[in-house]
Order: sequence, then structure tokens, then C-alpha cells
Amino acid sequence: MSNVTLNGVPLRMAQISAVIMTGTTLKRFLAVAILPFLTMLTACNAVVMSPSGDVAAQQRDLIVISTILMLIIIVPVMLLTVFFAWRYRQSNAAARYEPDWDHSTQLELIIWAAPLLIIICLGALTWMGTHLLDPYRPLDRIAPGKLVDKQVKPLQVEVVALDWKWLFIYPEYGVATINELAAPVDRPIDFRLTSSAVMNSFYIPALAGQIYTMPGMQTKLSAVINHPGTFEGFSANYSGAGFSGMKFAFLGLSDADFDKWMADVKAQGTKLDRNAYLELERPSENEPARRYGSVETQLFTAVLNRCVELGKMCMDEMSSIDAKGGLGLAGINNVHPLEYDKYRRRGAIFAPPATFVSRICTTEEEERMRAAAQSPLLSPRDTSPVLGAGLPRPTAPLFGAQRRPSNS
Amino acid sequence: MFDNPNLLKAVFGRLTLESFPYHEPILVGTFAMVALGGLALVGLLTYYRLWGYLWREWFTSIDHKRIGIMYMILGIVMLLRGFADAIMMRLQQAMAFGGSDGYLPAHHYDQVFTAHGVIMIFFVAMPLVTGLMNFVVPLQIGARDVSFPFLNNFSFWMTTAGAILVMMSLFVGEFAKTGWLAYPPLSNIGYSPDVGVDYYIWALQIAGIGTLLSGVNLVATIVKMRAPGMTMMKLPVFTWTALCTNVLIVAAFPVLTAVLALLSLDRYVGTNFFTNDFGGNPMMYVNLIWIWGHPEVYILILPAFGIFSEVTSTFSGKRLFGYTSMVYATVVITILAYLVWLHHFFTMGSGASVNSFFGITTMIISIPTGAKIFNWLFTMYRGRIRFELPMMWTIAFMLTFVIGGMTGVLLAVPPADFVLHNSLFLVAHFHNVIIGGVLFGLFAGISYWFPKAFGFKLDPFWGKMSFWFWVIGFYFAFMPLYVLGLMGVTRRLRVFNDPSLQIWFVIAAFGAVLIAIGILSFLIQIYVSIRNRDKLADLTGDPWDGRTLEWSTASPPPAYNFAFTPVVHDLDAWHDMKRRGYTRPLEGFKAIHMPSNTGTGIILAVLSIIFGFAMIWYIWWLAAASFIALLAVTIGHTFNYKRDFHIPAEDVVRTEGERTALLAGVAR
Repeated sequence: MSNVTLNGVPLRMAQISAVIMTGTTLKRFLAVAILPFLTMLTACNAVVMSPSGDVAAQQRDLIVISTILMLIIIVPVMLLTVFFAWRYRQSNAAARYEPDWDHSTQLELIIWAAPLLIIICLGALTWMGTHLLDPYRPLDRIAPGKLVDKQVKPLQVEVVALDWKWLFIYPEYGVATINELAAPVDRPIDFRLTSSAVMNSFYIPALAGQIYTMPGMQTKLSAVINHPGTFEGFSANYSGAGFSGMKFAFLGLSDADFDKWMADVKAQGTKLDRNAYLELERPSENEPARRYGSVETQLFTAVLNRCVELGKMCMDEMSSIDAKGGLGLAGINNVHPLEYDKYRRRGAIFAPPATFVSRICTTEEEERMRAAAQSPLLSPRDTSPVLGAGLPRPTAPLFGAQRRPSNS
Repeated sequence: MFDNPNLLKAVFGRLTLESFPYHEPILVGTFAMVALGGLALVGLLTYYRLWGYLWREWFTSIDHKRIGIMYMILGIVMLLRGFADAIMMRLQQAMAFGGSDGYLPAHHYDQVFTAHGVIMIFFVAMPLVTGLMNFVVPLQIGARDVSFPFLNNFSFWMTTAGAILVMMSLFVGEFAKTGWLAYPPLSNIGYSPDVGVDYYIWALQIAGIGTLLSGVNLVATIVKMRAPGMTMMKLPVFTWTALCTNVLIVAAFPVLTAVLALLSLDRYVGTNFFTNDFGGNPMMYVNLIWIWGHPEVYILILPAFGIFSEVTSTFSGKRLFGYTSMVYATVVITILAYLVWLHHFFTMGSGASVNSFFGITTMIISIPTGAKIFNWLFTMYRGRIRFELPMMWTIAFMLTFVIGGMTGVLLAVPPADFVLHNSLFLVAHFHNVIIGGVLFGLFAGISYWFPKAFGFKLDPFWGKMSFWFWVIGFYFAFMPLYVLGLMGVTRRLRVFNDPSLQIWFVIAAFGAVLIAIGILSFLIQIYVSIRNRDKLADLTGDPWDGRTLEWSTASPPPAYNFAFTPVVHDLDAWHDMKRRGYTRPLEGFKAIHMPSNTGTGIILAVLSIIFGFAMIWYIWWLAAASFIALLAVTIGHTFNYKRDFHIPAEDVVRTEGERTALLAGVAR
């Protein structure tokens, strides 16, 4: 179960479903049974059931398979409920009446075993599906049967949820946009996400499942869009008064159109530097799409580490100082009152005025250090077997492999 | 003196004239209605000189039956408030299309959906469930009261105090605008500096004390006060589910208390447990609150399962199929309830292994739940089913709940949850299980035990009206939300752009109107039943041909429940007694030792309201004063030695004699 590759080709949801159902007749029958339901939903524009991105499509497949699996038990139960209720009604004297019959080992066995069997199938499906569709896992295919080309670098997008708009930074292109996101068709996208103030959830139903954006934390999402078009993206976690307007357009573009779009963005004169960001960060609602032709490098890292304000110590720096034992008593003197405050009142009533910890090296020094420490990009394609995150990936085939020399 | 801001602040904290929402017409109208209704009620009570009666016989009563009934009244009153919020939301979402902003501004709408969730869970479902357990459990186990009768009265009043604080937020200040679980950082002082979250915290903390103590009380009662012969495996199923629910309460509610205490420390003294800076971690809150929050779901549903078991067995005229597996299923659900909390936030970036673990444990819960459904099914099998109202609710539950269960298991598959999390599909799912499970169960329970509590049945016509409007209304209100969820619509949105969504919201709003008629029919049902109580009277004490001990005593039961403690030989004790030709003892009555009424519970609750209010508005002198008063009254109560009395033997003889005459009248 742990190795979900078949003849070296990674198995995907649809194939797994075929394996589980064993036999095309059953599959065809179920497809016919579920078809009217699906067409009804497609007719009313159910984007979750007919997405345009491969990840969302696999998630859709999983929904359909799980539903069918469960209907195997739900439908008989509903029919039996109605049938028993009607058959054993009081006025039906013809039906048998056994007031003291209250046990049957065979029946008990069936009523515990039947749901158990369904759950075993569903559990296996869940284990594999969860790992294969883990948003942190680099994509290994861009469409059914189309593996990711190792030569293609994924599109890097850094996402910041602001009160109440979305900031998208394209680090390779050095541009940024507000409430507008574009990606070339069939090129993997590698999102890194955080939030400036409160929790939001980044969700483009047509593209892939959602992932939370949380202040001071980074989440990741891998996805790919397969069809050109304009899709809706929004926040899927309530974040305050302007939440309803926190929408953005997601453009799936052909390579040529994407280049053109990127050139348009670059042509914009405005630059998103730290001061512009701090201005932008203030709460505002229903923001129109906006573009920045250039963006300060390391802005996302600064947002993530909550140190966009000049002079404020970054969280990762603070953690690493603390990990080395902290600044001791000197650390107490290293705080300063907060001068700029986005909100009416930040501090608690019985607390001293809000403060921040001042940084030790300058912003420029820090940026140089960060640039030097940049980690190389991981290979976008990951066809490794599905294992728990805590388990090491096997470096050699499980069977028939040579034993590694032991240290002892 | 009025222009000295420091003095005003010292006296009134942050309470100013602006705190009263006199500029919001909806609230002013509501206030006018509540005030008029309240005045009318006070006037009537005064006119009929009922205050003394209420105080002596109800407010200070430590009789578990009366406390149970008061819990039910609290739940029903709060249901009206919670439903008013629901219909406001449905109306807003049905209107706010095509550039229209609807009729509720964000400031108001965000409070409405928060209040709806908080009220429906804490002040509707919880009091109704606790009320039924309070009323039924001691009767089912053949006890005269709960283990700690005063604590019971105190618990009820603390729950009520929490409800009153939530209601106060309607007219003094505002309620939280954070969603019903108040996730930080949004609920932290930086982003919610107003009183809303403080109302939320203090209302839940005060009500939480009540819930926790009532949990302790009922666990002790079930473990220690069962009638002789009633071993654990002869316990009625409802009492079993009540036991498991209260074990869950005792283990889960302290977590809620702790997490809210940490949040209030963040808000009041500037600690950084859940803040963004200085090492705070908001995800810690999310973990902690769901470690309480998921068991809470089972706290609500388990007693409903118990009710369905009693009802199915009684109205099928059959022993419950698979009692043992039913009990084990309940216990397994109780344990698993603690192992699934993370499924509420698969999308916060936990690793795939963690997500699959919690997804699979969640699915495993569906196995014992499925076994329960089958057990009810096979209880009906070869039975003689009488379609009285409780049984109708049970059938509706079985058909509705399996849909909710199915969508629940679907949401437990993490990749599916990634696309459905926080969507209207999720909203439809949990209403599907809470309405289709808990609420249908409560209605079944209310119509089942009402004759026991009051001595007359509920009117069947209005009951059926209520039933059909509720059930059909439920499908109209929530099936469109499933569809909307699959269309990628998320919850808590106030305005919409896509006009193709509107029709579904309109259908949902129509469903809400049907449910409103259902609720109205329920109220009419109670009114009509009281009016026709002579015609609907049940003199036997056993109107449904019941199987458990509560049906062996009079309806309504005397204060002491049972003149003689029954002795139990079989699972369905009363059915067994009837079959073996049990005759009521007619002599040999002795004086019965009973606890005395006390006003301490209500006094402590009033002081708690004052304390909570003072803390919310930063009125420190009042907070200190009320806290000292709380301590003083609590300590004072320990010096109250007049805690019990004996019902004289003559009174017992008279009461039982009246019942003998009644039963003789029925027999003739």
C-alpha cells in the first residue's frame, strides 16, 4: 500500500478507483447511476465538480469515488428504513411480530462488518489520496498521463493575505499585483503563502483545494491550471468586515498571453517597496486589481517574519537568537514603543504600551545574508513513494536490494 | 461632574451613551418588542400574584424535574432568538445580489452569524439536551433526585446567566464579529478591540461552569444512584448515552475554559499566547478549541441517539435489538470523539500523514454510528410500529441523518475537505446532522416525555404540522446549500456577484420560512395542548406502553419520584414488571428524606452576570465588588445547615392514595 507506483508510473486517483472497483462493469454501472447527478451540477456551474486544474480534478474524482463507496451502504439503509417502517406498521396484522427477538450474532456481524469494509476501502483511498494530493508535495504530473517536464521551472508565486485584499508577488519576474493573479497553462505553480494580520484561506476552486494563510507562518500549495480562462479566487476563511469583498481574478493564460501580461505588468512604473507595502497593509475593502512593475526583493520574507517595518527584528532572527540562549537581560532593553499603529488600539488594558524588538543588523545587511543563504529549488517532480512525513524515503528498492553496510 | 471624563470612566468603564445602539432601527424595533413583551409578562405575573409561587416552586427548586423543565424553557426561548438570527442571514444572502448590499451592514451581519452559532450550540442545544437528561435520568434509574441537588439548580442558573449576557449584548454594546469559535488573531484585542469578544468570553465562561458542574452531577448520579439490581448492562440506553455525554462534558469543557482564559489573558493583561508577535501562536488556540469542540458535537448527538433508542423500542413494541452492541458503540464513539479534532483544520498545512490519521479516525466513527442505525432498523424489524409523533421524528431522523453522515465522512477525506472546507457544503453538512440528528431527537424526546412531565399528551395535529414543516423546511433550506458548496461558495459571505447563485439562496430562504412555520406550529401545539389538557390527559402514568422505570410512576411524578425504590431484574425494567404482574404497593409508606430548596443558585448567577458585565465594560469597582459578593455568598452557603427535610408519611400516603383512586378510575 505504501508504494503507489505501478510499473514505475505513479498511480493517480482515477486509476486507483479503477483498481479498487475491480471490473469495468461495476464502474460503468456506477458511472451511469451518478451521471444525472453530475450533469445537474455541471448545468448549475458547479465549479468544484468541473474544475480546470488537474489537482482540483483529482480532488473531484476522490469526492465522486467516496460518495459512490458510501452510497453502497447508505441507499440500502434508506430503502430498508422505509420498507420496515411500512411493512411492520401496527395496522399490518399479516407481518410477523416477535417482541422478544433482540439478538442475532450473524446480523450483528454483518452490521459491524459492512461499514467496516467500506471504511477500510475508504481509509486506503484516503491515505493514498492525502499523500498524493498533499498541497506541499511538488507536482509530478500536470494532467492525466502527462508528467511534469523536469526542464520546466515551476512558476513561483508568493501570496500575502492583507486586510482585505490579496497581494501576489512573482519573485522571478520582480513584479507584484493586487487582487489579480495570472499563470501560464500547464506550468506548475508553486505558491508560498502568509498573511499580514489575521487568518484567511486562499482558494481558487477551479485550480486546486484551499490552504490557510496565517500571520507569521508560511504555507505552501502546488497546483497547475489546464485550461485558459478567468476564474474566481477568494478567501475561504472569515477575516473581518471586508471579507466578502476579498475576491480576485485568476487568469489562466497561454504562454504567449502570459508573457504579454507580464510585460504589461512590468511596464507599470510603480514600485512596491517597504513603505508602499506598509501603506497597502492598512485595512481597505473591495480593492480593484492593481499592478506593481517592480517589487522590493525579500518583501515576502519580511512580511512572513513580521519585520517589514524598518528597525523591527525579524521573527526568524529572534528565534535563532533565542535558540542560542537569548540576549539575556540585554534583551529587555532592546524593545521600543510602537510608533505606527494600524488599529485603533493594539494593547490590552492592563498591559504596558505595545512595543517591538529592534533589529540588530541593518535591513541591507540582512537582505544580503538572506540572498546568500537562498536554498536551491527542489526538483519539481516528485514520484517518490507515499510514506509518512516522518519516515525516511527508501533510497533503494524495498525488495532484492543490497543491504547497506552497517556502522557497527 | 458629568464633564469629567476620568470620573465617568472610573464609574462606567468604557460604557457610554454610544454603547447603546439607538441609531440602529432593527435593534431599536427588537428592543421595543422585547421590552413590551417583557413588561406584559411582568404585568401578568404580578396581576396573578405568581412571583412568590415562581420563586418558591421553581426558581429556588432543587427538584431535578423542575430544573429539567426550566432548562427546556430556556432552550426553547433561546431557539427563537437563534432562529431570528438564522432568518436574518437567509434574507440577507437571498437579497445581496447584483450590486445590492442587502439590508445588513457588515458590522451587524457579522454579529448575527456569530450569535447564531453561539446561541444555537450553547444556549439551545445544550440546555435542551441537559434539560432532558436532568428530567429523565433520575426517573429512569429509579432515583429520587440527582446526587447534588443544589449543584443542579446552580448549574441551571449559571447557564441562564450566560444566555442573559448574550442577550444583553443585543442592546448594550455589541456581540463578537468573529464567527462562533472566535479564532485569534481576529478575536485578539488588536483586531477586535470592542466588547463583542468579551461578551463571548464571559458568557461562555459563566455558562461553562454550569455545564461542567451539571456534567459532574449527572455522572455521579448515574454511577452511584441506580436502583438496586440495575447493573451497568441493565441501564436504559438513554441513561447510557447520558453517562457518556457527561463523561465527555467533564473531560472536554475544562479545555474550553482554559483556552478562553488564555484568550482573556491576551485581551486583558497583554500576554502573547495567541498573538502574532512575541512568540504567540494562533494555531494553538485552534487546536485547543477543537479539542473541546469536536467532543461537543458528540455531547449533543449521543443523548439524541439514546432518545431514538428508547422511542424505537417503545413504539415498535419490542426489545431494543443488540443492546450490548448499542452500548459498546456509544462507548467507542465517546473515546473516538477525542481523536478526530484536527479534521476541522486539515487545510492549515498539517502534513499528509497527520491529515490522513485524523481523516481515518473520523471515518472509523461512522462504523459504530452505522451499527446504531442498523440496530434501530432491526428493532423495527418484526415489530408493531405505532406512528405516534416521537416515532415519526425517529423515521425522519434515520432518513435525514444518514445523508449528513455520508457528507461528514466525505469531508473527512482530506483532499475532499480541501475543496469543501468552510464552504456552504460544510454548513449544510453540520446542519444536516445537528437538525436531522440532535433537533429531531429533541423533538422526539419532548413529545415522548411531555406526558410524563405534565400528565397530558401533546396535541397530535399541531405536532404533525410542526413535524412536516420542520422536515420539509429542512430539506428546502439545506439541500441548496450542498449545491452551493459544490459551486464553490464559501460561508459567512455577506454579498455576492454571481447572479446564478441567487435562486439557490432564495430556495434556502423559503426553507427557512417553512421551518419558521414549524417552530410556530410547535408553540401552538404547546398552547393547544395546555388548553385541551383534560382531553389529552393521561392518568395512568404510562401513555405509550413504556418499557423503562420512568413510566412506572405517576405523571407528573410526585416530588419524591418513587414512593418505594424499585428493584430491577431485567433490562426493560418496567416492561418486565408489567409482564410479571407487578402490583403497586398500597401501604407501608414511610417519610421520605428530601433536599430543601435554596435561593443561593439564582443569587450566585445574578452576581455572576454583574461580574461578567463589569469585566466586559472595564468597570473595575463593580467587578471587584461583585466578585467579593460571589465569594461571600458561596462561603455563606456552606453555613446553611437547613438543607434537607422529610416529606411526612401522611403526605406520601395521601399522594399515593390519590394516584390509586386515579388508576382505579382508569381501570373502570
